[in-house]
Amino acid sequence: MELIRQGLIEAVRLILTGDPGVLQITWLSIQISGTATVLSLLLGIPAGVALALTRFPGRGFLVALVNTGMGLPPVVVGLFVSIFLWRSGPLGALELLYTPTAIVIAQFVIAAPIVTGLTIAAMQQLNPRLRLQLLALGASRWQLLLLLMREARLPLLAAVMAGFGGVISEVGASMMVGGNLLGHTRVLTTATVLETGKGNFEVAIALGVILLVLTFVVNYLLTWIQQRGRSA
Amino acid sequence: MKAQNSTRWSLVLALAVGLAVLGWGSVWAGQAVILSTTTSTQDSGLLDVLVPMFEKQTGATVKVISVGTGQALALAAKGEADVALVHAPDSEKKYVADGLLVNRRLVMHNDFFIAGPADDPAKLKGMESAVEAMKRIAEAKVPFVSRGDNSGTHQLEKKLWAEAKMSPSGTWYLSTGQGMGATLGIGSEKKAYVITDRATFLAFKKRVQLVPLVERDRILLNIYSVLEPNAGKFPRVNVAGGKAFADFMVSKEVQEVIRTFGVDKFGEPLFFPDAGKREESL
Repeated sequence: MELIRQGLIEAVRLILTGDPGVLQITWLSIQISGTATVLSLLLGIPAGVALALTRFPGRGFLVALVNTGMGLPPVVVGLFVSIFLWRSGPLGALELLYTPTAIVIAQFVIAAPIVTGLTIAAMQQLNPRLRLQLLALGASRWQLLLLLMREARLPLLAAVMAGFGGVISEVGASMMVGGNLLGHTRVLTTATVLETGKGNFEVAIALGVILLVLTFVVNYLLTWIQQRGRSA
Repeated sequence: MKAQNSTRWSLVLALAVGLAVLGWGSVWAGQAVILSTTTSTQDSGLLDVLVPMFEKQTGATVKVISVGTGQALALAAKGEADVALVHAPDSEKKYVADGLLVNRRLVMHNDFFIAGPADDPAKLKGMESAVEAMKRIAEAKVPFVSRGDNSGTHQLEKKLWAEAKMSPSGTWYLSTGQGMGATLGIGSEKKAYVITDRATFLAFKKRVQLVPLVERDRILLNIYSVLEPNAGKFPRVNVAGGKAFADFMVSKEVQEVIRTFGVDKFGEPLFFPDAGKREESL
């Protein structure tokens, strides 16, 4: 318990003194995971809406694949992305391994199925009659989609939070494709592993606390948006 | 019209984000030297001193990838790294014999020793022969914690068992598959014997209840070398960069830095410089 107390004190100290190393790592984590989440939303929400509202042969199979993708082990994603980005791999010429871009790619692969799968569920739990009613009232295709998404905003925002949560906490893939390079690809999670490996447990706990605070702040904001206008 | 506009804007946004993300990668393109090394080498802090020195002298950027020994060698042997700094002589020699790695040069050494609980149930303290000590551990079936990850440490442990003509198995023998720090922690918890390198032990001394018991046997030397990938086989290797780093590690200036590294923090040096010596003379 003493160790946790020391860790908490160290976390407060690092934040209050604005330790530049920790600030840099935190900002990098926000940038990388934020970008990966935004990209996964840009793909996942349209794809999820499309899969939810359309019918075509093989649709069920695709939805099952997406749902399986929600449980993809991040470390396996990291391994496969590594193999693609290796010099000997198909994308080796792009020299993306051990860069923030590589981590964004891996985190995108992890988050996209989560966002897509939860979007599908969010849209499918809407009353099917709502769609007919909106069409009957003269809604255009875009108006229909936007209104349906607004109706489903509770679970849709949950999808955003799940996508973000999945990648901000991820360490295996980030370590493998990023290389944990100081100043370039060292993020909060990989820095925590490093400090633990070195035996600097107070610093490791401090970094963990900072990560939790960061995740809480982001989710507080998203929850506020999600819960707006709803009485108790 | 409205619908087409928002589609267009989403595509523009996606394209902009995509380009920015790809551009993030290209900052590195061209000059980087990828050094694959082991977690224990990185954790000792030596590279935090040497890498900036090298970068300042040459203007190159070094990407230090610290992973398990097996992976460090495998990456270099595939040309995924430009130079390797590891301490697993048996594996290194095999890669050289297979023609995948070249130009193996000694850099430095430190030592391993057998650590254990202070009450020392197998009565190893003061023994001079590490091999005899391992025999005694196996015969007494006292708890022993192994790295189990094909690291340099694990390879030394396997060599000791082979010399003792024993193959350890049983509930007393635990294999962690993890790094040295984690393995020491587990050994301390289980009041077990552990083979460790001096640098990691010094870093973890305050946190574990283990003491050094069998030291200074010649077989316990931990020898670090640099190796380069066989450039002929791999098109994308930064050959000049890798060689420059390897030359740097054996240069007089760096060998002098290595000689005094750790004295201020631990009261004793962590490594002993060896460039130019023959392995047999150590």
